[in-house]
Amino acid sequence: MEPLLNFSAVLPEAILLACACFILVADLFLADRSRNGTYLLTLLSLAAVAAAAWEPVSAGTAQYAFGGMFLSDSMTAVLKVAAILATAATFVYAQAYARQRAMWRGEFFSLGLFALLGIMTMISANNLLVIYLGLELQALALYGLVALRRDDPRATEAAMKYFVLGALASGFLLYGMSMLYGGTGTLDVNGLAHRISAGQSVNLAMVLGTIFVVAGIAFKLGAAPFHMWVPDVYQGAPTPVALLLASAPKLAAFAIAFRLLVEGLPQLAVDWQRMLAVIAVASLAVGNVTAVAQTNLKRMLGYSTIGQMGFLLLALLAGVVGGNTTITAGAYGAAMFYVITYALATAGCFGIILLLAREGFEAEEIADLRGLAKRSPWYAFMMTLLMLSLAGLPPTVGFTAKFVVLQALVSDGASATTWTLAVVAVLFSLVGAFYYLRVVKTMWFDQGSDTNPIEASQDMRIALTANGVLVLLLGMLPQGLLALCNGAVLRALGG
Amino acid sequence: MSMSSPFPWLSFAIWIPIVFGTYLLAVGRDRSPDVVRAVALVGSLISALATVPVVLGFDAARGGLQWTEKVLWISTPTAHYYLGVDGISLWFVPLTAFITVIAVLAGWKAIEERLAQYYAAFLILSGLMIGVFCAADGLLFYVFFEGTLIPMYLIIGVWGGPNRVYAAIKFFLYTLLGSLLMLVALVYLYQASGGSFDIATWQRLPLGHTPQVLLFLAFFAAFAVKVPMWPVHTWLPDAHVEAPTAGSVVLAAIMLKLGAYGFVRFSLPIAPDAAHEFAAPVMAISLIAVVYVGFVALVQTDMKKLVAYSSIAHMGFVTLGFFLFSSIGVEGALAQMISHGFISGAMFLCIGVMYDRMHSRNIADYGGVVNTMPRFAAFMMLFAMANCGLPATSGFVGEFLVILGAVQFDFWIGAIAATTMVLGAAYSLWMYKRVIFGDVANPAVAKLQDIDGREFLALGLLAVAVLAMGVYPAPVIDAMHASVTDLLAQVAHSKFLPGSL
Repeated sequence: MEPLLNFSAVLPEAILLACACFILVADLFLADRSRNGTYLLTLLSLAAVAAAAWEPVSAGTAQYAFGGMFLSDSMTAVLKVAAILATAATFVYAQAYARQRAMWRGEFFSLGLFALLGIMTMISANNLLVIYLGLELQALALYGLVALRRDDPRATEAAMKYFVLGALASGFLLYGMSMLYGGTGTLDVNGLAHRISAGQSVNLAMVLGTIFVVAGIAFKLGAAPFHMWVPDVYQGAPTPVALLLASAPKLAAFAIAFRLLVEGLPQLAVDWQRMLAVIAVASLAVGNVTAVAQTNLKRMLGYSTIGQMGFLLLALLAGVVGGNTTITAGAYGAAMFYVITYALATAGCFGIILLLAREGFEAEEIADLRGLAKRSPWYAFMMTLLMLSLAGLPPTVGFTAKFVVLQALVSDGASATTWTLAVVAVLFSLVGAFYYLRVVKTMWFDQGSDTNPIEASQDMRIALTANGVLVLLLGMLPQGLLALCNGAVLRALGG
Repeated sequence: MSMSSPFPWLSFAIWIPIVFGTYLLAVGRDRSPDVVRAVALVGSLISALATVPVVLGFDAARGGLQWTEKVLWISTPTAHYYLGVDGISLWFVPLTAFITVIAVLAGWKAIEERLAQYYAAFLILSGLMIGVFCAADGLLFYVFFEGTLIPMYLIIGVWGGPNRVYAAIKFFLYTLLGSLLMLVALVYLYQASGGSFDIATWQRLPLGHTPQVLLFLAFFAAFAVKVPMWPVHTWLPDAHVEAPTAGSVVLAAIMLKLGAYGFVRFSLPIAPDAAHEFAAPVMAISLIAVVYVGFVALVQTDMKKLVAYSSIAHMGFVTLGFFLFSSIGVEGALAQMISHGFISGAMFLCIGVMYDRMHSRNIADYGGVVNTMPRFAAFMMLFAMANCGLPATSGFVGEFLVILGAVQFDFWIGAIAATTMVLGAAYSLWMYKRVIFGDVANPAVAKLQDIDGREFLALGLLAVAVLAMGVYPAPVIDAMHASVTDLLAQVAHSKFLPGSL
């Protein structure tokens, strides 16, 4: 029997909380010119947290803490490490940008770390209230980050939109959770499933609750028709914050979707799978078609995210709940692989925007990439790889991700619906290829007037190169990460 | 069945150019163009040499894959890094490596801007194309097949003519549409075969009528665009006109063959009943390509466009040959693919030689070139003759066999196909006459310099290949024979499950 409190399961979160508080205080005693100290401390903390978070992957067994409210297994561990890496990438890529815009301050780091804490809590939460708690912690920290440049009207507007719509989404989710609680009398995710299968639930409340939960999750993922905030916030937020918004929170949203829908409500799969199918197709259509018309790169990435989330939802709806565990694990493993590689590619894209930005120049228009291939063939090559990955073209990892999702989608047999979904998905990928390729075209084919050499710190160069090369290498040799995801999901499902 | 190879020559042929290309991309600098050129040439030569043992060690008497290499690539879903060549794919491996050497020579002086990236794109493209011909795993095939789009997109878009951006995007999106449908087909086959990407397993897989028809159509979408067949050919003239010379050479000589190769590797053996069902319409559009596109070629005023349309007409011959389902037709079509690789490459190279000097592709700007460039005129004469299928050139072998097969199948189909002999002669020789013969047309032509050693080498190598294959095609055809026989046995055998009709 595990101890009720079992602090070892929350070790990474505990370290992160301690570090975040320490950095918050320590930064007050640092002068502006020694802010690099905060930066280094933050990276060191993240390294320590990552090391602690990785532990369950090798241990292989699930651990519960606080009487089953909190769960730590290899799936949460992999997602957490990915989220930590995305956060670390945010800080590394942000250096020059943040310095030039008076964002290189203690709040940037501590808010970022608290957002990560919220994300990690969401990933591990095994109780409706803990999920909500993590969500709010993450969201509050991110609202603050979006508004960090308080004298910038666009950032303020983005923060307001994000706050109002985010609060609405949280309301949706909470309302749905209250119905689930009302219908079953438990807040425990596993308890939900038990009560439903034992027939101790009120069916109407469960279905209504599921609808609100799905809507809340779709909001957080940024899937259509709950996507309105995404492009505005991506465009308006300072670029490093947009990077953070676009990467790590998607991992958390995937985790709570898995926790609530697959583990908590498997008996209602027929209902939520249909909802997800509609949301997925709507997202693919809205995201990809609208992205074609964009001229702002950040906004385009916002719309592209909507389309990408549509693909992710296809994988989530593909699992056959209660059927063959291996096939089901393959589907959710594919979804997990998709969301991790999506975060990787998106982080790289924002990294390139940050690389090109200078004092007084945001480099956020697609046209700002003109002639990049001449200014810096290497980073143009990296950006090409990232764009091809988002477009889902081999040999980049984006192709592998789309391929495993498609494969999972149709693996349940010869249902005409899933085949139609698969064809719809690939056709919207073609639309997607058009606007991603346009970015490639702008870099390689168009002549640029900007001849300023690219200046970047050594650690940023290394991180960006690693990011781009990883997108290629994981595409050519996906076995390691894919097996990790599949194995983690298989264990989470008890296979 | 398959023999494990003692040395992974196929992997060598694929990865050497890719490694050289990546090296050029990472460290190549425009300040030292000679070093870049030398690295590119060495890379392409080593890759070409690596294909020699593949051909020499190939056992022509056996069907099935040889030189196989198989390593687990992804465990769920199960895919292998599985390479191998049979009689059908064998010749395309050295052909690709050889054409890459020619392409490297062709860009030697014409390209001055971003030279390292230019050669990197060609070398990587070469490795990927060899990979397409060697892949025995469906997913691996797809990765190589799609991968070729990116370097070619950059080659057209960066080093192309004035309308290059439009041409590059058209090329990419056209071909991508087809390939995405093929991806769904591959996923379907994976499911239907119980979790295997092995192409040979798919070829043995029983399939009902509807799946076969849908699979055939999905593959057709991918390969017909790539070949390209009428009426989805319109991307090709745009792409050719805008591409740099070496880009056109590779595009015509190898990339079009990827589509045709797909037909024999996937469409015919995997969906044989559907292939029989669709044979008549496919033959019809092949004949339209031969006759109608032949007439279109006749009226072109731009030399590159003319050769591009002539390529479409010649590829119509290839698809016609495949859908005759006879050994003579399929072997003729394969021979036509190889020969067209040499001849179209050579024709584009000839146009490139003139374009480098005159910066015009308009037939009207030329005339009397023979007076100033006699050696060049002799080479081009040979290639123009080969293009219209003169006996003793490689162009004759394939066309003759396909026409023979078509006549055996149906006299009138053979008769219509045979009009290519007239049309081909008309557009090739009429262009040749207007460009090369006659009095010196203008002062620019009068100032032309004859070909230098490098150009002589490139054209000479191609001329040797065209003549050798024309005079003594037996070894080429013999190596194909066992595999083609296997293929035809498969195609003749209905795949319907007992009782599914």
